[in-house]
Amino acid sequence: MSILLNKKSKLLVHGMTGAQGSFHSNLCLEYGCNIVAGLTPGKGGTKHFNVPIFDTAKEAVKTTGADTSLIFVPPPSAADSILEAAEAGIKVIICITEGIPVLDMVRVKKHLRRLEKDGRGVTLIGPNCPGVITPAECKAGIMPGYIHKKGHVGVVSRSGTLTYEAVWQLTSQGLGQSTVVGIGGDPVQGMNFVDVLKMFEADKDTHAVVMIGEIGGSAEEDAARFIKAHMSKPVFAFVAGKTAPPGRRMGHAGAIVEGNAGTHASKVTALEKAGATVVENLSHIGETVATKLKAGVKAGKK
Amino acid sequence: MKLLEYEGKDIFEVYKIPLLARYGVVRIGDSAESVKLDGPGPWVVKAQVLAGGRGKAGGVKIARTKEETYTYINNMLGMKMVTHQTHGAALTVEEVLIEAATALEREIYISVVLDRKEATPMIIASAEGGMSIEELALTKPECIIKMPVDVNTGLLDFQARELAFALKIPWKNFREFAAVAKGIVKIFADYDASLVEINPLAITKDGRLVAVDAKVVTDDNALFRHKDLEAKPDHESSEIEKEAKAIGINYIGLDGTIGCMVNGAGLAMATLDTVKLAGGSAANFLDVGGGANVEQITKAFQIILKDVKVKAILVNIFGGIMKCDNIAQGIVEATKKVKLHVPLVVRLEGTNVKEGKAILKSSGIKLEQADSLWEASQKAVKAAKTEA
Repeated sequence: MSILLNKKSKLLVHGMTGAQGSFHSNLCLEYGCNIVAGLTPGKGGTKHFNVPIFDTAKEAVKTTGADTSLIFVPPPSAADSILEAAEAGIKVIICITEGIPVLDMVRVKKHLRRLEKDGRGVTLIGPNCPGVITPAECKAGIMPGYIHKKGHVGVVSRSGTLTYEAVWQLTSQGLGQSTVVGIGGDPVQGMNFVDVLKMFEADKDTHAVVMIGEIGGSAEEDAARFIKAHMSKPVFAFVAGKTAPPGRRMGHAGAIVEGNAGTHASKVTALEKAGATVVENLSHIGETVATKLKAGVKAGKK
Repeated sequence: MKLLEYEGKDIFEVYKIPLLARYGVVRIGDSAESVKLDGPGPWVVKAQVLAGGRGKAGGVKIARTKEETYTYINNMLGMKMVTHQTHGAALTVEEVLIEAATALEREIYISVVLDRKEATPMIIASAEGGMSIEELALTKPECIIKMPVDVNTGLLDFQARELAFALKIPWKNFREFAAVAKGIVKIFADYDASLVEINPLAITKDGRLVAVDAKVVTDDNALFRHKDLEAKPDHESSEIEKEAKAIGINYIGLDGTIGCMVNGAGLAMATLDTVKLAGGSAANFLDVGGGANVEQITKAFQIILKDVKVKAILVNIFGGIMKCDNIAQGIVEATKKVKLHVPLVVRLEGTNVKEGKAILKSSGIKLEQADSLWEASQKAVKAAKTEA
């Protein structure tokens, strides 16, 4: 089943003709993704990699029935692209862009909440994320397709290359993935861990979840509360940033320990108390998941 | 971007937030006498550093005479300050601000901060100002008032009144207070701030409302639309960090001996963690990014090596968009330009990894390769110990 994305998803790529958009759309198409439209104001009527380009999202949706947006637009206009997609009726919006001003995202969230109230809710993933992939069905993002394998482990992460490291270890252990969701590294974002865990819990094809967190904010602590109360499937977690100095932004805009908030210790403690298996050594994620799942299967419990 | 107190106050002045009289800022190299001290005094000399807790560390001095003021200025400039907020590090005082020292009757805390979870800016206020809001949150959480604000509409009049009543602001300072509260929310929105804090917002013994301190932190992601801020000197970053930023490399100096070069912030953080697990400690965080070329990698090596503490270098690259053969080529070219006098451990994984490893092997460069990050970390730690 998977979540968010499958082979029937119809993708609209915002910024498809730009450098990043072009490079990655090509790779997504090679992976077998169904990109039905591209959006570049001013280039409507042309084609790129044989995909029709439109001037507005509304036109693109009307003509092609696109239901999923993949945004490769630079920071100054990315928030606007998210809203354009939402107003055009796109249901799942994946924004790759890193560097969007936080207050722009605050405005986006406010707008999306209003749409939700009006019954026109959308699901936003990102920004500042590698995207979403349902192996062997659809790749909407910048992740290397070949490291993934179809299977039953759901992966949700705040990182990019750190996610690939974890996924590669799982694949190497013979453990495929149902869907891999990069929620991104920004402080104000679309889906957070809880939102994705909810979907994984409800997805019959996901049997276990790997969660990759980092310092900053309280997303992991919120996830821990959800895991304790609602998850029946085993959750494995890794939290990056144990050795990060307080008060500094570690690359990701959202990866900062501010006073007592967002510390590594707080997250690990919360997750462990909630029954998640917290892996301390990044290089051991794959084997930990493999060993525990095998043991769980043998013992007939979760 | 973190602004110094006087920079924050310059903004406050534009937004008509009442301040104590300021006489000037003296920098290292300027003569203390360059600041014009008219009036009878007393004056207060304040170290301009990016950390709170200055008072206890000798960074705030009250002077009764002009001579005393000049003495304090000279003593403070160049002083190395350690406060409870500097996490053991010593900050050098490069600038001091001189203001009119004023007796205070009451101290209030007020700030606008981004609440990540609710995805909205929030006013945080307390009638108990002066001490840190973190201390207050631990000892007297019931004294903290929180009010979500809308960046688009700003703080409304009735919201400002609500705050004023909750904080028991004297009736005669009500209008002034409302202007301050609305002002800091406007600053937050106009400057793309992540924090605008006045601690303390004080009522003086002669009944005036004044912002005694100013802390403004702005969103680096928004600098592209704030050319005036972009032009300001970066007070937070070290020289090496500034150099790295200028060429698009994300670098943060740390205390250890193992220089790290990684692609991706999350993986970079995890690499530092793994090095620690292996018994070593990282000299830096460095994210070389998703599109690094030969030039970028060369510069990354050069930057890492500017830190004399570095005894070994660990390169951990998971090639997704970045191809391992390109990285390997970059490493080879870079080592030709930069004389590597410390051991190099390289772990490549991902796109074209076989080709990448082959390029490194046949390059003739002295380096060790590893298959896993764990293996690489252990090798780097061992190499650094041998080198020391």
